[in-house]
Amino acid sequence: MNIHEYQAKERFRAAGIPVPPGEVARTPDEAESIARGFGGTVVVKAQVHSGGRGKAGGVKLAKTPEEAREHAARILGMQIKGLTVERVLVTPAEDITSEAYVGVLVDRKSQAPTFMVSAEGGVDIEEVAATHPEAIRRLAVDPRYGLLPHQALWLANSLYDDPAVMKRAAKAIGQLYRAFVDSGASMAEINPLITTADGEVKAIDAKMSIDDNELFRRPEVAAMRDTSAEPPSETKAREASLSYVKLDGSVGCCVNGAGLAMATMDLVKFYGGEPANFLDIGGSSNPEKVVAALEIITSDPNVKVILFNIFGGITRCDDVANGIVEATRRIDIKVPIVIRLTGTNEEQALEILERAGFSAFTSMDEVVEKAVALSKA
Amino acid sequence: MAIFIDNDTRLVVQGITGRDGSFHTRQMMEYGTRVVAGVTPGKGGQRFEGPAGESVPIFDTMDEAVTETGANCSVIYVPPAFAADAILEAADAGVDLVVAITEGIPVLDMARAHAFARDRGVRVLGPNCPGVISPGKSKVGILPAQIVTEGPVGVVSRSGTLTYEAVFQLTHVGIGQTTCVGIGGDPLIGTNFVDCLAAFEADAETGAVVMIGEIGGTDEQEAAAYVQSHLTKPVVGFVAGQTAPPGRRMGHAGAIISGSAGTAEEKIRAFEENGIAVAKRPVDIVGLIQDALA
Repeated sequence: MNIHEYQAKERFRAAGIPVPPGEVARTPDEAESIARGFGGTVVVKAQVHSGGRGKAGGVKLAKTPEEAREHAARILGMQIKGLTVERVLVTPAEDITSEAYVGVLVDRKSQAPTFMVSAEGGVDIEEVAATHPEAIRRLAVDPRYGLLPHQALWLANSLYDDPAVMKRAAKAIGQLYRAFVDSGASMAEINPLITTADGEVKAIDAKMSIDDNELFRRPEVAAMRDTSAEPPSETKAREASLSYVKLDGSVGCCVNGAGLAMATMDLVKFYGGEPANFLDIGGSSNPEKVVAALEIITSDPNVKVILFNIFGGITRCDDVANGIVEATRRIDIKVPIVIRLTGTNEEQALEILERAGFSAFTSMDEVVEKAVALSKA
Repeated sequence: MAIFIDNDTRLVVQGITGRDGSFHTRQMMEYGTRVVAGVTPGKGGQRFEGPAGESVPIFDTMDEAVTETGANCSVIYVPPAFAADAILEAADAGVDLVVAITEGIPVLDMARAHAFARDRGVRVLGPNCPGVISPGKSKVGILPAQIVTEGPVGVVSRSGTLTYEAVFQLTHVGIGQTTCVGIGGDPLIGTNFVDCLAAFEADAETGAVVMIGEIGGTDEQEAAAYVQSHLTKPVVGFVAGQTAPPGRRMGHAGAIISGSAGTAEEKIRAFEENGIAVAKRPVDIVGLIQDALA
């Protein structure tokens, strides 16, 4: 789960990191009055779950409250990488002496939270890593001990020469680790961490992704979810405990298991079609889940055909077949459904489905070819 | 022979009295797995009834279970909130292999658990995996036993049902398996492709390997390089997720393209550059394995 900059800044502030004040506006009027409250020059920043906000025109400097209002009017409602801006953060502009990058993420290779810091801040760290990796200092943290004070200092030492600034930065790096762990994050980033003329360090941008598996034990973090930042179908899927990702094609896919679901989408493409979604229905044959899945898939107007691909292992195919029949009895579906089941109890399942008037297959390739043909009919 | 589990595997089931734990324990016992103990805190002293009238002692702690029964392997059906601690407890009690089935364990919990297990030399399989089966010998986890049969192919995969699909098709044409291993769909897993490839290479009965990868991370790329430098046996590969968009988690917590890294194209290229025959469709795995064994 991604959270907005202003929310990440709240987490950072709570951990003690120096973060300039800021308030969120949903209307140009609010932006103007917040800017007036701060006085002086402010920055108006689009709050969307996407990088490249500056390039898209979503971050603007405003010298007066009136200018803040004008910028907010332009930014609110703007589309950035397909996401609509519904909020802006208004924050006082800072005098910047230097910009550094400080980030921590769960690294798969070292199997540990891993810091990356660079004196080249304010730019995309992936680019720095690709073009001159020597500008980045890395440290894998032993998660059993956490980030130790000397390690934080070693990281800060690569960023600053002034000992006082280095110590302030080391403290902020330690606090970032705290915020990362206490939020159940998979990534937390300050880009840039700035220094000011009087030697203070401040986090003027903040980014954080939360590990979905942490949400059950962190209700205060879970409450930060912004459902307006995702398609309604994905919100509904999450509430039904279904794993769903909306795509742009016309073949609606309903599969048990994530790997098989991806392989099914790939096969749709192989035969010349386009998948409308990823959907893992899980091991359950519960009709309620099948109903929810069908409602979600059919709410997408691009869907021309629904493809079920079920491998019965522990799951019994006849249970799933009954679930599909029951589900289609309860909701009215206007597009054709093609079904493939194989594995445990497939003969009974095919009988159940054919009795209910469905075309059922046992080969994955045959059913996908059929679905692609129907999607073009 | 087989890898990781065989007739000498003495299994303790952590979470044996839960819904999933009890169901799958019966399935494993029916298959012939030597289940020697169960652990559920608070239910020590009770017994778990197996499918054929036999029963298994239940203990409160892993320490007692291992000391009393000589178990050398554990399987975890404990809910996500408690699963990482269950792995730590198993590693501490001295089993050699911990198979973690549980899906949804916080990744920072797993970072700690993996570090602890590594220090103790304990192999963790998973988490968020279907487990491992050595046909005709032993099954630990949730893999459906009826789709496997004994034979010369080693199978290793990050996925559950996609593996079943491939294994089922192999079995259907009469090609059996030495061991099928599901390494799990999480970003931090205890046993990776390279570990399994090394074990299959060392296993005299394994004649060829099927490796099923997916988007996210670089485990497949490292495995491909390892195949080139260390394997004498032919490897057939498949990668799921060519149509997955970047930045989105595709079901598995680890199946996500971050930035430009971890795409299916990248992994397929690594496979091809290192002499791995790549199946374009799951059904093509069968033909490629037949060629490899010929």
